[in-house]
Amino acid sequence: MSADATTVPAPAGDTHADEHHGATDGLFVKTAIILAIITAIEVAWSYLPWSDWGDGTAMVLIEVGGLIIMMGVKFVIVASVFMHLRFDSKVLTRVFYAGLALAIAVYVGTLATFEFFTGGHSWN
Amino acid sequence: MTDIVDPHVVAAAGDPPDVPDATHGLSHVTSTGISNEKLGMWVFLGSECLLFGGLISTFLLYKNRAGYGDLNETPHELYDILFTSISSFVLLMSSLTMVLAVSAIQRGDHRALRTWLAATALMGGIFISGQVYEFKEFLNAGYGFTHSPAWSAFFGLTGFHGVHVTLGIIMLLSCILLSLSGRIRQDNAESVEIVGLYWHFVDVVWIIIFTVVYLIK
Repeated sequence: MSADATTVPAPAGDTHADEHHGATDGLFVKTAIILAIITAIEVAWSYLPWSDWGDGTAMVLIEVGGLIIMMGVKFVIVASVFMHLRFDSKVLTRVFYAGLALAIAVYVGTLATFEFFTGGHSWN
Repeated sequence: MTDIVDPHVVAAAGDPPDVPDATHGLSHVTSTGISNEKLGMWVFLGSECLLFGGLISTFLLYKNRAGYGDLNETPHELYDILFTSISSFVLLMSSLTMVLAVSAIQRGDHRALRTWLAATALMGGIFISGQVYEFKEFLNAGYGFTHSPAWSAFFGLTGFHGVHVTLGIIMLLSCILLSLSGRIRQDNAESVEIVGLYWHFVDVVWIIIFTVVYLIK
């Protein structure tokens, strides 16, 4: 496909212009501080005596669920701010999260096949 | 699909096209407004999600198959969480120095670029040193790559990540050398940004590994 030099099609939904997207060094430092705080909470969370506090399954769900949520928040923060997805073209966001979603779907399916979530794989 | 337009023709045609300057001095204007190099890196990172997803899933499936006899401890029973937390923190902070390096070259501040790139490479080196120390501790305890499925999966996953970090350090050092030779300029700052994308990806993968492999029992 050729394009006339003076009529290059405007990029759909593209807001990319790194120098002008408003991401400042101050924002990056604040983001790093938030990430450090979440990491500290994560580590402390993993040391809490969950099993002493009640029913095993519920406590495991709270412990693991909390860690997964904090992990997800950190992931999205790094991808959005440090990797500039928040300020860049939406095409990049779609490309990256499509790969991620595909990976999660494939491997959750695989793990389910191996009865990972129901504890059916008693290989120990 | 991209429309490749000679930027010199665009410049000569008078009115600039209604496209943001997303190429940072690289050779092509594309229909997406994103350079081929940058889009290529993002597609590569999307595919890397599948690679690490496979390694993490394998670890989850095999993490309790630690073997029989005297040497039957799982990786979880030997982790030093505090030590790994510190090295994880160092890697996390290296993402800050990396993004500051990108910011520096976009301002045209070459000295700051090299300083932040060196800081990032140093922190990456500290992380890798920690990983080597951890591996050595496990090996001294009798647990190697071929000991059992659990340990193979552990070494495979974390080792593969370590290789990625090492490649990232090589890229960072290359950027410093290119900057010193004057081959990284403000108008091709995107080359540093692309290296930064790889580095941040290595960081986000470790965010997952740290939680899934180390913290969740």
